[in-house]
Amino acid sequence: MTRLVDLATVVRSKNAGPLWLTLDVMFDGEENFTRAIQSEAITPKSISDLFGVPAEKVSIIPYPIVNSIKITIPRNPVSGSIGETDVYGCQQYLPLYSLMV
Amino acid sequence: MKLLSLSGILGYGFSEEALKNAFIEPPDYVGVDGGSVDPGPYYLGKGVSFTTRDCVKRDVSLSLEPSLKAHAPYIVGTAGGSGSSSHLEWLRDIFFEVAREQGLSFKMALIYTDVDKPYVLQKLQNGKVISLGDLPLTEKAIADSCRIVSQIGVSPIIEALKAGADVVLAGRSCDTAIFAAPCIMHGYDPALAFHMAKIMECGSMCAEPISAADVMQGVIEKDYFELTPAHPKRRCTVRNVAAHTMYEQSNPYMIYEPDGVINLLNARYEQVNERTVRVSGSRFIPTDKPTLKLEGVRPLGFRSVAFAGIKDPETVKRIDEIFDGVCAFVRENTKGLLNGDDYTLSLHKYGVPLSKDAEAAEPAHDLGLIIDVVAKTEHSSEFVLSLARSRMLHYDYKGRKGTAGNLAFPFSPSDIHLGEVFEYSIYHLAEVDSLLETSEIRYINVGGSDDTLG
Repeated sequence: MTRLVDLATVVRSKNAGPLWLTLDVMFDGEENFTRAIQSEAITPKSISDLFGVPAEKVSIIPYPIVNSIKITIPRNPVSGSIGETDVYGCQQYLPLYSLMV
Repeated sequence: MKLLSLSGILGYGFSEEALKNAFIEPPDYVGVDGGSVDPGPYYLGKGVSFTTRDCVKRDVSLSLEPSLKAHAPYIVGTAGGSGSSSHLEWLRDIFFEVAREQGLSFKMALIYTDVDKPYVLQKLQNGKVISLGDLPLTEKAIADSCRIVSQIGVSPIIEALKAGADVVLAGRSCDTAIFAAPCIMHGYDPALAFHMAKIMECGSMCAEPISAADVMQGVIEKDYFELTPAHPKRRCTVRNVAAHTMYEQSNPYMIYEPDGVINLLNARYEQVNERTVRVSGSRFIPTDKPTLKLEGVRPLGFRSVAFAGIKDPETVKRIDEIFDGVCAFVRENTKGLLNGDDYTLSLHKYGVPLSKDAEAAEPAHDLGLIIDVVAKTEHSSEFVLSLARSRMLHYDYKGRKGTAGNLAFPFSPSDIHLGEVFEYSIYHLAEVDSLLETSEIRYINVGGSDDTLG
């Protein structure tokens, strides 16, 4: 088992509008990308547990052209509302570090 | 046809070298995105820009004259950061000033994209509103909103260009509309036009070295488009360009536009030379139900904050207990003056150990804190913060040794008043009869006989 963060070259998050947060996990080569996809480390269930969002609202889309996986989850709270800690959503990827592949 | 994207956002800057290179072979159109929702609801609410006037003026001063000389219409989307009339007119005045200083004359189109509350209410009542997530739209949310804009697509920009505008300043716009509008107007494939626009609207973000503050060049042909950074030290690679396609998008294969959807499943990316990538194969599926996104914000009140550090590990350990005590104290001391729903008092903690185990092993030192108050009035925001800050400073707990004070304040004054606070109240799609129905275009001959500013 390897930590996802050690396998990936880019792990990032950003608002996709004020209501959604989108996370990109990018790998250098096809091998690591395929390994991550096949390991089923990234599933609606695992993302739901990590980020505390309903699994049915988690979208996971492999993007093999750049060996990447795109994950989109609801943003809580809506950007800039009371309780906000990260208006741009660009520091929200850390929970992904703990995933094991 | 050649287009330039000056920078990720007007006011973020670009290198003069890249700008000069970009005009060696003159472009047909020059565009730049003027804003974003990323900085949050404040800027739309307050009607001010998140870029400063000096930065924006610098970018306009350098790029407007060469564009006019090249007869390349200059298009700005989401003027002034959020694209309301207040933002649009702020940017208009910067263009007036640059025109005066440089002796330029041109025909300017101002595209207003504000919508009023009755318009939104009618859409809601007619069942024409589509939710985009967990934000519900209610009649109250509409009534509470203080500023609402519609995010236009290519149609109003095309209309302004057809009317002969040399400069088009558009209110809230899709980032893609800035670059896709001229391409579609000239009959290029909308799929390629939108796909190219999506990638180039961030300036040189799709290049390496990556930069949101430099010029990108796009050339569109019948069956493909090509991207080349204007700065000779940057290059586009297949990986950068394909990766940027999915940036800030919830789905890497679909780009949703007011006019339809661009499907990128069969998109091809090829390295043409060391610095250029060619893209083809995207498909456009027009919609029979055109929509425009509406964005609105409502005022929440006023914010006051205090920054402080805690160095004593005992105080750090008990921070939650202390803050609970502070909240209770504030409630008691505002009794009869403020209700619980007149304010929110919260604590942002920076430097807290990640797990409970770590906390047991070694409590954080130099814990960073922001005491954060949002209240209905400026006065009550100051009042609550003052109580909370002083109570927290002198809060006594069992075993406390540093009895002179718990908080290290970096600033005098400790209490900082940040002014108004807003939140998104509307972020929804509305089905429209016409993609022009929310916009109004006004034309001004700047530097000419009817220049309103003389």
